[in-house]
Amino acid sequence: MSDLPSEVLGWIDEKRYLEEGEFDVERGYVFNTCAAVQNGNPLFWDEKVAQELTGGWIAPPTMLSAWFRPHYWAPGRTREVQPLQVHFDLKATLELPEAVMTDNTLILGEPVRPGDRLRTWQVLRSVSEPKTTKLGRGRFWVIDVEYENQRGESVGKESYTGFGYRRDAQ
Amino acid sequence: MSAARGLTANAVKTGDALPELAVDVTATTVVLGALASRDWRPMHHDKDFAVNRNGTRDIFLNTPNQAAWFERYITDWTGPTGRLGRMKFRMKDSVFPGDRMVFCGSVKGVGTDDVGCSWVDLDVEVRVEDKTMTQCEVRVALPENEGDNPWRRKGSDWRP
Repeated sequence: MSDLPSEVLGWIDEKRYLEEGEFDVERGYVFNTCAAVQNGNPLFWDEKVAQELTGGWIAPPTMLSAWFRPHYWAPGRTREVQPLQVHFDLKATLELPEAVMTDNTLILGEPVRPGDRLRTWQVLRSVSEPKTTKLGRGRFWVIDVEYENQRGESVGKESYTGFGYRRDAQ
Repeated sequence: MSAARGLTANAVKTGDALPELAVDVTATTVVLGALASRDWRPMHHDKDFAVNRNGTRDIFLNTPNQAAWFERYITDWTGPTGRLGRMKFRMKDSVFPGDRMVFCGSVKGVGTDDVGCSWVDLDVEVRVEDKTMTQCEVRVALPENEGDNPWRRKGSDWRP
């Protein structure tokens, strides 16, 4: 890892981009998500079931990251805002124009409910030596993302492995 | 027994197979999933970008949407009392419009933790034709019996 820029080395294990979601958790996106994958789980469609099992409506647990993805556009915004900003910082600093995600781990905590306003932060855990894959030459990195609700309860943690790369022709 | 109930842990054993789920992926599947997860990146809706910038053959399913598909697949099996605790997946290749993705899975283990929560560990994957595109390990809590409900667990009683 010694060939990494000092700026990147300084990001490792540093808590960055502590932020609150731009909007409250709401059922519209729950329906969009369920419709996109044809999820008929009555927890998201039948209030009696939701009340009986989860004490009211909840969001699908795997929706965690959706609550933090910035609006595509907002008034007064002068630059593009990215969801997993550490990932984009790495692409820019390491001059790797393309990237894909290869691994994702979710550990799920308290259920997320409509009306919740969640907070998140990101921590870069590691950056690999340069590697060559069928996509091109680049580096793998691991970024952890933590989520909590307005009461400070953990609603989940995610860990992403990304591969930033430069295609042969680039 | 409530109409809302589903599978209980005492009805599951190691080696059990989950029913397969086949889905014909279209461009709409990919775009719906991306937009529902608020993922505006062009490789999930712009074929020209996906081909010429990412070097893939088409737009492809995004990561949060794959998680949502896995969640749906697993809770179709468990019913609403199944509570996901942990999910780890590796995307070995991309899923594109025109693919018929098939979800399949099996029970790797069944056990109870120190606070009495019943857990089932699953190996799940998405295949296209004979190729595994995504491998997924899942830990899901099930009721021990019909009187139990993993969703009631909070704080130190929830150890995914």
